[in-house]
Amino acid sequence: MGRRAKLKQANPTPLPGSGGDRSSRHKGKKKASSSAPNLGSLKSSKKVKVAKAKGGRVTKRQVDKVDEDSDIEDAMRPGELSESEDDEETVKVKSIKKRGKESSEEEDIERGPAKELVFSDSEDDLDVDEDEQLPPGLHEFDLDDAPSDADSDMDEDDMPEDEFDLGEDDEEEEEEDSAFASSDDGEDDDIDMADEDERVAIGDDEDEDEEGRDGITTNLEDDIENEGFTLPAVDRGGEYEDVEHGTSLRDVEARMRWLVGVCMGKGEKAQGVPGKSRSDHLVQLQHDIATYFGYNLFLVEKLMKLFPADEALAFFEANESPRPVSIRANTLRTRRRDLAQALMGRGVNLEPIAKWSKVGLTVFESPVPIGATPEYLAGHYMLQSASSFLPVIALSPQPNERVLDMASAPGGKTTYISALLQNTGVVFANDSNKARTKSLTANVHRMGCKNVVVCNYDAREFPKVMGGFDRVLLDAPCSGTGVISKDGSVKVNKSERDFQLLSQLQKQLILCALDSCSPTSSTGGYVVYSTCSVTVDEDEAVVDYALKKRPNCHLVETGLEFGVEGFKSFEGKTFHPSVSLTRRFYPHKHNMDGFFVAKFRVEKRTKSQKNDTAVDAAGADITIDDDGAANGSAFNEAEDAAYIAEGKRKHLLKTKGIKVAPAEVEKSVKSPLASSGPVRIPKGKKVTEKRRSKA
Amino acid sequence: MRPLTEDETKAVFEKLANYIGKNLVHLIDRDEDDAYCFRLHRDRVYYLPLPMLHLATSIARPNLVSLGTCLGKFSKSGKFKLGITALDYLAKYAKYKVWIKQPGELPFLYGNHVVKAHLGRVTEDTPEHQGVVVYNMSDVPLGFGVTARSTLDTRKLDPTGIIVFHQADVGEFLRDEDTMF
Repeated sequence: MGRRAKLKQANPTPLPGSGGDRSSRHKGKKKASSSAPNLGSLKSSKKVKVAKAKGGRVTKRQVDKVDEDSDIEDAMRPGELSESEDDEETVKVKSIKKRGKESSEEEDIERGPAKELVFSDSEDDLDVDEDEQLPPGLHEFDLDDAPSDADSDMDEDDMPEDEFDLGEDDEEEEEEDSAFASSDDGEDDDIDMADEDERVAIGDDEDEDEEGRDGITTNLEDDIENEGFTLPAVDRGGEYEDVEHGTSLRDVEARMRWLVGVCMGKGEKAQGVPGKSRSDHLVQLQHDIATYFGYNLFLVEKLMKLFPADEALAFFEANESPRPVSIRANTLRTRRRDLAQALMGRGVNLEPIAKWSKVGLTVFESPVPIGATPEYLAGHYMLQSASSFLPVIALSPQPNERVLDMASAPGGKTTYISALLQNTGVVFANDSNKARTKSLTANVHRMGCKNVVVCNYDAREFPKVMGGFDRVLLDAPCSGTGVISKDGSVKVNKSERDFQLLSQLQKQLILCALDSCSPTSSTGGYVVYSTCSVTVDEDEAVVDYALKKRPNCHLVETGLEFGVEGFKSFEGKTFHPSVSLTRRFYPHKHNMDGFFVAKFRVEKRTKSQKNDTAVDAAGADITIDDDGAANGSAFNEAEDAAYIAEGKRKHLLKTKGIKVAPAEVEKSVKSPLASSGPVRIPKGKKVTEKRRSKA
Repeated sequence: MRPLTEDETKAVFEKLANYIGKNLVHLIDRDEDDAYCFRLHRDRVYYLPLPMLHLATSIARPNLVSLGTCLGKFSKSGKFKLGITALDYLAKYAKYKVWIKQPGELPFLYGNHVVKAHLGRVTEDTPEHQGVVVYNMSDVPLGFGVTARSTLDTRKLDPTGIIVFHQADVGEFLRDEDTMF
């Protein structure tokens, strides 16, 4: 977004008519008339900005010179006009943005150039420009302009709103959009705004400055209603920008916290910005969270739907700090007590994780690298996050069982399963990534697990490869929204498409897992599905899908006493009521990575259910009316037979050219059609019979 | 995956006998639980119980990565080399053992030979060039090697003399994690 977006898209060319107007109104300079200039101007305006930033007050002429010198501009703009246009654009943009802060003082900002429209030649604009060149956080103090600002603000506010639906605001994108929306209007507005913006801009600066100063002293006062915050994101129509120019991170944070208070609706303090709805505040909150924590907006929206506002903030904050390191004592080789003693002897500061685990230890600090101690190398413990214990605890494999772990690399859960089995039975550890099977094998051997077979299949090939397992663990590949504290790249690289693909993969995998589990197992018949994600479309939605598609499976208690229950309904979708048996874990509530665990019990399939699953075993993600078929009342065999026969006849005719007599229905009609029909039909029938037997 | 040929079996057993001697029979005929067997898959020798083997046959050859415990691998020229992953069984049935002191643990785990200064204990009558399993003072197996001198000669050695040639140690799980499997 922002500058990059601008560079990618050239702005539409301004219309010559409006250009003339503008020039007459403003400075009378020529306007660029091609898109190339815009591109070039973008770059040159950047340069201008840079030049200005460096040089402080730069006159138009100086700016021109700077522009003219650049090669890029020449390259980008064949036959380009004066660079001052860029300058103007820049100015224009800034002024527009300044306008934007109608409601109040928003700190001002350096706006990037981006509008193709409007070039103003006024000296005023130049001044504004220079002002705007001040780095964010520094405000020009100009008391004289304050009164006029208010007026001009009001006037200008109306126009753009009418024409754009965009707020005036600071956004580069916004301005581009407005340009696309209606260039004429935009231009007009720009022109109007430009004039007044300068004054406004300075005034705004000053206002904000005062605000800032007041803010320091008035934090103690609770009677300022909205504490001087505005909703720029709302004002600019919900457009997202990378960097909100001119608003320091601290201000964003302050506004964010205030908005949380507003959204939670506590007391009179939380009045919000007058004239804006609660959803507007929510939108602004999302933008602020995205800016402050560094997420992309899509993910923020998705995650914010899961929690009330204050919990959401706690969740995002928890994702910033890492969860404590935890290890699991390997009961095949040692006891937790002995291990703790040995490690404390090395100076490691640790203590048992919690009462729900008898093998976990939290490491607070360690003078030696915890992943390289002789005890680690001897396989006495495994570095494993606390949340990863949970699916195996839920699975609770019993000795001498056959267990499948469908996505097992790097092997923490597999080795835990093996330890719980006490090296009896068999564990099939599968991973679809061949490179990761190496670390999986190494871990298996290091931990002394002798009952593990490691294979490298796409997990969707089970149960074709092998079925009849007593227990199956599926720790599905997920978006990783629960482990953002470990891997921050999740914040920005997940999009709608990613979730769709992952969700589909997970649905396929869970069906394969349920099919691989044997219902006739004497001790087992359980499947545990877990993800390290907190989003509903990877968790409850997948579980609900499995329940619909496999009516012989039902959810059971996970056996984990703590954790939040899964959502029974979300965003208009209702899930099966037993989904409340699943468990969710959050970093801000349980101090472990975000996690989701669901435990299924697989029963025998009845005949009608078998037919259903055969039909949709093709893998198509269609919702069939399973209920009807299961009841057996929806279809009438006798009626169907007639249609089936007819269909077969037509098929033979089409594909093999055999004229098959339609069933008895047509026989009665045969006599009227005595001429050609009767002779042929019997023969055809005979032929058909033969061919049928052959085929 | 296939059973070992005569020659291969001989090579493996010879190597194992170097460390566990007569106890080798315990590996081959385990009376207490299931029968175990040796299988070869992609030049590596695996040791696993028979029921597990029957289940593992349903996995196709290109997809199978590991079975049970890997004892070691055959080099391209047909020589068998024991790997650190066999340490469990070696440690269980080892005839000759060497214990090293705390300060000597880390150097050994880095792949260095054991010097006399780090020697804690050693079983009596250890001949020269005998396969030994190396433990730390808390009886945690760290690796295995070959003695440089017999026990008697070790007494005469100066503290910087090497007494055990390093062959494999658990530190390889970190050092060679990329090349291990």
